Amino acid sequence: MAKSEDSLTLKDLNLGCVVTEPGNARQYKTGSWKSKRPVTDREKCNKCGLCYIYCPEGCIRVNNKGYFLSNYEYCKGCGICAHECPQEAITMIEEEEE
Amino acid sequence: MAQKIGMEVSIALGEAAKLANTDVIAAYPITPQTHIVEHIADMVANGEMDAEFITVESEHSAMSACLGSAAVGARTFTATAGQGLELMHEVLYVASALRFPIVMTVANRALSGPLNIWGDHSDVMATRDCGWIQFFVENGQEAFDLTLCAFRIAEDPTVMLPTMLSLDGFHLTHVVEPITLIEKSDVDKFIPPLKHPFALRPDKPVTMGAFAPPFIYTETKKIADEALRSSKKVIVSVWDEFGKRFGRHYNPVETYRTEDAKTLLLTMGSYSETAMVAIDNMRTKGEKVGLIHLRLWRPFPFAELKQTTENADNLFVLDRCISLGGPGGPVCSEIKAAFYDSQKKPSIIGFIGGLGGRDMTPGDFEYMTKRGKEIIQHGTKNEVEMIGVKE
Repeated sequence: MAKSEDSLTLKDLNLGCVVTEPGNARQYKTGSWKSKRPVTDREKCNKCGLCYIYCPEGCIRVNNKGYFLSNYEYCKGCGICAHECPQEAITMIEEEEE
Repeated sequence: MAQKIGMEVSIALGEAAKLANTDVIAAYPITPQTHIVEHIADMVANGEMDAEFITVESEHSAMSACLGSAAVGARTFTATAGQGLELMHEVLYVASALRFPIVMTVANRALSGPLNIWGDHSDVMATRDCGWIQFFVENGQEAFDLTLCAFRIAEDPTVMLPTMLSLDGFHLTHVVEPITLIEKSDVDKFIPPLKHPFALRPDKPVTMGAFAPPFIYTETKKIADEALRSSKKVIVSVWDEFGKRFGRHYNPVETYRTEDAKTLLLTMGSYSETAMVAIDNMRTKGEKVGLIHLRLWRPFPFAELKQTTENADNLFVLDRCISLGGPGGPVCSEIKAAFYDSQKKPSIIGFIGGLGGRDMTPGDFEYMTKRGKEIIQHGTKNEVEMIGVKE
């Protein structure tokens, strides 16, 4: 299957809407739900990774420079990372703002 | 073979579940359905029936256990009534959405409150939109025959929908009737083994009951509606095949003495036979009256209904349920809706009667016929009349 949610039609549904392919929740991009997104100030961040541990969505990954950053395609904007950050390095900013 | 045996209708339904090779029964006893599952429990305990009987703590659990059973592709049966059906309510929708061919008998019972264990159709009417195939039977033989047909219809590869068979509590469940059972070998030929294409297997894992967000939920409902509508042709063909094999014929809409009838009564369930007596009485007085017996309720047989009523002037509908504060009875309001766009349609008047086990006599049906004509004469067609209210 592996279709995006926009291109799915009723013809793609199995009997009883059974899903035969494991792990396809990954295709469901929940990032559009958020009204605010977390932005990390790399000056303040000490790369402790607590945000990664607390994120209920599991959408924070470490990049090649050791920073823990949210994947905005899945981040729902709950703000738990910003609340828990001991360095206060994460700010939640409105989606419309740059 | 083909010998009539006097037996309680509930017992005959248990026998039907046994003859159909049911694998799993999950049920909770509730009057007036109890004798059905008690008889099945007896047969399982005595080793006469090779099935798992799951005793559960409620009807909500009963239907949930049925989902689990159906998910592995086991032939699944349950029975309930009244409050029990309401306690199952939310799970019913899951069974149809998952396309699990569960067969359930509902021994129709009035809903509390006030507490009432006797028959009417309030319980099943509250589940009207749950996506199951639903039909109403008129007598014990029909209850037995159509239980067998229910398995065959539900499990048809092009249908795969749960099927609910309604029979009137006490008036049918608790009466002893002469019933012709069918030989096991003949039932085996009539109902092939169940094959669910996605039945759970350790080596073939699937996800059942995944959530459907706004981008796909509408499509799931469109499919469910089409599946239920298109099941009608299978229902008709299975009933036809049953008639050819066993000599008893069933149709979505049955008629009685309707040939030249100008006034038709419409009933569902066991009161149809009482209404037939009334029709005979009125016919001997020279009245051109006939009876429509609506057997199939979901999918609703629009075309068949229109065909049987096209030459009538009046159609008087009996509901054994009331939509409080609404348009009267659910059956009558659907029938009115069915005729809305028709050029040629009878005057339709709704009556409510037989609530909570109140008997409807042939005299009551004669009253309904007379009163319906009066209402049309007086031009007060939209009023809802409850029969036999002690004022």
